[in-house]
Amino acid sequence: MNIDALYQEIILDHYKKPHGAGLRDPYEAEVHHVNPTCGDEITLRVHLDGDTVADVSYDAEGCSISQASASVLNDLVVGKTVAEGMGLLDTFQTLMQGRGQVEPDEDVLEDGIAFAGVAQFPARVKCALLSWMAWKDATAQAVANESEDGR
Amino acid sequence: MSAAGGYDVEKVREDFPILSRALAGGQSLVYLDSANTSQKPTAVIDAMAEHYRRHNANVARAMHQLGAEATEAFEGARDKIATFVNAPSRDEIVFTKNASEALNLVANAYRNAIGDLEIRPGDEIVTTELEHHSNIVPWQLLAQRTGATLRWFGLTDEGRLDLSNLDELVNERTRIVTVAWVSNMLGSVSPLDAIIARAHAVGAVVVVDASQAVPQMPVDFAALGADFVVFTGHKMVGPTGIGVLWGRKALLEELPPFLGGGEMIETVTMERSTYAPPPAKFEAGTPPIVQAVGLGAAVDYLTGLGMDNVAAHEREITAYALKRLGEIDGLTIVGPGEAVERGGAVSFTLDGVHPHDVSQLLDSYGIAVRAGHHCAKPAHQRFGVQSTTRASFYLYTTPAEIDALVEGIERTQKYFKVV
Repeated sequence: MNIDALYQEIILDHYKKPHGAGLRDPYEAEVHHVNPTCGDEITLRVHLDGDTVADVSYDAEGCSISQASASVLNDLVVGKTVAEGMGLLDTFQTLMQGRGQVEPDEDVLEDGIAFAGVAQFPARVKCALLSWMAWKDATAQAVANESEDGR
Repeated sequence: MSAAGGYDVEKVREDFPILSRALAGGQSLVYLDSANTSQKPTAVIDAMAEHYRRHNANVARAMHQLGAEATEAFEGARDKIATFVNAPSRDEIVFTKNASEALNLVANAYRNAIGDLEIRPGDEIVTTELEHHSNIVPWQLLAQRTGATLRWFGLTDEGRLDLSNLDELVNERTRIVTVAWVSNMLGSVSPLDAIIARAHAVGAVVVVDASQAVPQMPVDFAALGADFVVFTGHKMVGPTGIGVLWGRKALLEELPPFLGGGEMIETVTMERSTYAPPPAKFEAGTPPIVQAVGLGAAVDYLTGLGMDNVAAHEREITAYALKRLGEIDGLTIVGPGEAVERGGAVSFTLDGVHPHDVSQLLDSYGIAVRAGHHCAKPAHQRFGVQSTTRASFYLYTTPAEIDALVEGIERTQKYFKVV
């Protein structure tokens, strides 16, 4: 397996200059997710404006794959509706779990296509999914909080 | 490397078939993850295969010839291991699944104890900040269950146990002190003599996790003076699936069992049971028979090399690795930087490159190391790092492999453009 397939230039760029890093107010939900096998962790906040993902802010510590993934997540879901974001999560997850057999669509996943190579390294898939799973959890909580407030 | 006492590492390597296999892309293997698990010599592989081929039967229960042969092989392994660690009695050697189970056995036996050995609210259990999680969590559980208080030794900045508060920490309320002989992450060797002396002066028992010690150095449990010592087979050229608990006979006799089941009983009625004497009392169910045979062969192999020679080689190779790694800009060793009272595991951080990325790059060059928290999160936290890369050496590690590691790290730095 070619190591360059894993560490694409796009991933290394996001790792060095992560987009949307740092924790910001306001937010409706905050979660802390850990990868117990390697210790990578992320604290992630979601701010919703109605049905729109207004902000995803995060403080992450981990490898280049998990850091770059959080950066790409921010690029992809901020400004989208919750449903669109969940759809992107599905697409990204399918790519990650495709063992390198899934052809990614750049129009949909943008820089996320760089993670196609990660799918060939099963041990690293969980690194790429850490921030996405945190986002899914936080968004579900934010939606629940909002609907409670709206009652 | 000059062969210490005639120790010929190249010849030793011929005993380990895996070391000459090629990895993907035809790369040769540089295996620097022996603190995780060691490789196995042909003698161990063959002994296990031979047992399955010719002597396989259950032990202690089968009355036929194969049963007798299997029992002899299994109990013969117990004798070999007792001799290897100089246990006062072979009946003090209890086979477990691994070192973690051995530690859990002791903690749970105390949890079940009533009378003199019962742990009560107000009692204290002392561990250390450098422990593997397996020597922290069982004691947290015991403390939670009994109302005892868990306390711990801190670490010096160099990565050694800080004994400055020994007399306060280990006091008349202390019932159990548990400590790693050699840290799996920092590599430091614990000053056991002082700890054992103090613990015994206040009437506490001492548990020693020797998982990283027994593979690397000559040990003498009778002279050590601890009350329980645990270690595992797979880190000492033996198989996985077998660990050892050594305990003082009087304690093993007094403590209640951990697991109940076949072969640990004397007699069973529907109302109650009485138990077999140790070690059988702590070996419920069919034991790891062929694993014991493999561990016996491992002990024979190590004895053949001479544990003094193994320890001398470990010291030399670790000193060389510390020197070479210390020359790399941006590399910080977490743990003692000198090969004094130190085992052969070296953990480090590399500026600008996360440990998982370091290990992934090294793997692409054929170099196997471990990255992460090494099941020692508190020790990492103490040094303000979330994870490290760990290279660990053993009786088959060569200076050329250390050179390959250094070169691999430098290539990694270039790959991530941090130099």
